[in-house]
Amino acid sequence: MPSVNQIEAPFIDSLKEILSPDRVLTSAEDIVPYSFDGTAALKQRPGAVVFPLTAEEVSECVKLARRNNVPVVTRGSGTGLSGGSVPLSGCLVICLVKMDKLIEVDENNLTLRAQSGVITKEIDDAAAKVGLFYPPDPGSMKISTIGGNVAENSGGLRGLKYGVTRDYVMGIEVVLPDGTLTFLGNKCVKDVAGYSMKDLFIGSEGTLGIITEVILKVLPRPKARKTMLALYDSMDAAAKTISAIIAAKIIPCTLEFLDRVTVQCVEDYAKIGLPTDVEALVLMETDGHPVVVEEEAAQMMALAKANGAHDVRAAADEAEGAKLAAARRNAFSALARVRPTTILEDVTVPRSELATMVAFIDSVAKKHKLQIGTFGHLGDGNLHPTFLTNERDHEEMHRIEIALEEIVDETIRLGGTVTGEHGVGLAKKAFLKRQLGEGSYELMRSIKQALDPQGLLNPGKIFDPRN
Amino acid sequence: MPSANLLQSLDYSVLQQCMHCGMCLPTCPTYVETKMERNSPRGRISLMRAVADGELEVSKALSDEMYYCLGCLACQTACPAGVNYAELFETARAEVEQAQVNDGMQRGFWRWLSLNVIFMRPWLLRLIGRVLRIYQSTGLERLMRKVHFFGLMPPSLKKLEPQTPQIAAQFSDDLIWPEESPKTGKGYRVGLLTGCIQDLAFSNINRDTVDVLLANGCEVITPRSQSCCGSLHAHNGELELARELARRQIDSFDLDELDAIITNAGGCGSHLKTYGHLLHDDPFYAAKAKMWDKKVKDIHEWLVQIRFRKPTAGAAVGEVTYHESCHLCHGQKVVSQPRQILNSIPGLVFKELPESNWCCGSAGIYNITQPEQSQKLLDRKVANLRQAGAPVVATSNPGCHLQIANGLRSCGDHPCHEVTQPVTLLAQAYRAESPALTNS
Repeated sequence: MPSVNQIEAPFIDSLKEILSPDRVLTSAEDIVPYSFDGTAALKQRPGAVVFPLTAEEVSECVKLARRNNVPVVTRGSGTGLSGGSVPLSGCLVICLVKMDKLIEVDENNLTLRAQSGVITKEIDDAAAKVGLFYPPDPGSMKISTIGGNVAENSGGLRGLKYGVTRDYVMGIEVVLPDGTLTFLGNKCVKDVAGYSMKDLFIGSEGTLGIITEVILKVLPRPKARKTMLALYDSMDAAAKTISAIIAAKIIPCTLEFLDRVTVQCVEDYAKIGLPTDVEALVLMETDGHPVVVEEEAAQMMALAKANGAHDVRAAADEAEGAKLAAARRNAFSALARVRPTTILEDVTVPRSELATMVAFIDSVAKKHKLQIGTFGHLGDGNLHPTFLTNERDHEEMHRIEIALEEIVDETIRLGGTVTGEHGVGLAKKAFLKRQLGEGSYELMRSIKQALDPQGLLNPGKIFDPRN
Repeated sequence: MPSANLLQSLDYSVLQQCMHCGMCLPTCPTYVETKMERNSPRGRISLMRAVADGELEVSKALSDEMYYCLGCLACQTACPAGVNYAELFETARAEVEQAQVNDGMQRGFWRWLSLNVIFMRPWLLRLIGRVLRIYQSTGLERLMRKVHFFGLMPPSLKKLEPQTPQIAAQFSDDLIWPEESPKTGKGYRVGLLTGCIQDLAFSNINRDTVDVLLANGCEVITPRSQSCCGSLHAHNGELELARELARRQIDSFDLDELDAIITNAGGCGSHLKTYGHLLHDDPFYAAKAKMWDKKVKDIHEWLVQIRFRKPTAGAAVGEVTYHESCHLCHGQKVVSQPRQILNSIPGLVFKELPESNWCCGSAGIYNITQPEQSQKLLDRKVANLRQAGAPVVATSNPGCHLQIANGLRSCGDHPCHEVTQPVTLLAQAYRAESPALTNS
């Protein structure tokens, strides 16, 4: 890695001049809580944490860091699950949570403009007020920032029908590694003026620039939604149902599943009356025009039964829908309570390979005597095998490492990806080259080298720098 | 003193259970105010863990942080991993007290006077109550206010003076017999906890609680001159005193003879249900404390559990909204029962309060120790009450009751002008239907 400097006193004085002293944190009590994000077992104490309010302030901080050769890690609410915003020891953390202005909801162009520290849920709430809809709904949307979502290209439960964050980004304001402030994209649906530069920054995990503002696409809010629940004796039958639904030209907005281990944990924890001998629980939702929703729901239920579901229920209204969704909503909480450490993975395979992958994960758990509960997004093949362990049990942590290697190899063999929605960060770094191959991997490193020759923006994330 | 480091001696898995996912952040009133991680539950837990790991010294700044926390436990409701924040927070406060990083003569004196002297001696607390009552009822208080006597006090105390609770004319022991039996159909035998602030300021609510219990076939045993439950001590870093009070509380009831021990104050109830943990190392009390925890029931929880009788007459109210005591909803997870009780009263129109489970800023003695943040939360609560628009708000904790009443009093034109409690309204309804059904 290129040599970089740690933060020293004159640097801190300069930060205080650019911002104000109360927006520069350096004491241990203030910065220890910025040593980690939402990822298990990763932490490093930064040298200072700053809270800019404007893009210009971000730019000045980056310029200062560049002059002093100090690495910079950008952070929103710190809910990432791949270590993307875990600091480097002694680095500068630029925390954007105070850049939280929702600038504009444009009903004529169906766009929404916000500073990057605005909370994801507030984006959708603002859209909902005028009958609009911002579909990406990552699990942490009540606290995650929109800037973080764009930088990580976050997914959510609605991927199959509505896509992911990338599909809603029309423009971004970004501070480049040399401090240049620039705007990429606009409100135009059609725009072919040059390279689509904004796309380079979406999902770049803070390694190429710092996103300070976004223009998002919003949709008319669906008028109706129907929730259904189906129970299966085999994961294959569940997967077949999904194929049948899609073959019937229905694109549901939600198709979520829980495996046997997860259903058992949910029932232990939430006591909602689920049978604990099922192999798969599937939550299905369709949304849109009320008449279409009714028709599609009836078809989906029939297809579920025809493909082997032994229990299919439909909610009569929103309240009942929430009850049916409780199992899925409680899935992660239920798993997280079983052991002190919870490691959440997000390997993803083509939809057609999902049942094979779930069975494989199950066999790996048995082979290495591990507790793994798997749940996830049946519609888009995005799985969340969740390891229940104790980070202080080094022997078991070692077995998890081996198990993870095997799961990654199988994922790649099936044509999948090591991360569907959490990002590479530090957690998936070791597997990236294996998935991408030499050419694609080196292309990424060349881009990083060209934009950030000093290697100061979130260095060591996604991949190690050259030289 | 590594052996004396309380956070180090804590079962590490309690600290480790936090997976720092951040789901607590949007529910934490102090984080929402400042957007600084150290003012959040996961931030505070990371500081505690750093102390336990020997990576951070116990400092004044750490102490300030632990006392900036309201202890509202909203984070426990939000936490996917079931972190026991209450235990962590109490241990951390005990740690900073033990390390004496906060010592100042004045702070030390007031802590000693209140925690070690007054709240350990029920007779003294009630004596002070009597004196205060005389001061308030003879017009002396009005006179002092008129001559601006309090202008001489330091500003912090001056601001608190109008918040002094109005002391009741009679305390619980004057209003409730040691044993009261229902007139018809004895089904259960329960003990009643009268509390300390509740007893001094709201003895009438204790009476209402007894009446509601009697109307539902419960024989009520109320020991005389009860001690503080110790929540004040546990929340302020005095775990030893809290243990002493827990033992006393357990000794004042004949556990084997009672179906339940009833508490009607959210803050006390939340603490009363943790005696088992507090005394788990005590060879004489561990088993008793475990049984105690099982028998302590919040009044609303108990009424719903025994399928309380719906009143046939109404209370003298129309629209009523409900503010949740943090330690009732987050600490005890008693959420639907108070609403069920309100909804059971004929003629009462229940209106939900926006952010009903967001702390009002009372938080034990937080309004005294952190008046600025407390006021911000009170302003938020008062604004939400305005939005709800109901003329009456019910709550079930003396701290919330006093705090909200103060907040409403200080803004003249507020649509909400009465603070009451669900049991009071239920008791009113029972009394309205037929005097024969209750004992009062």
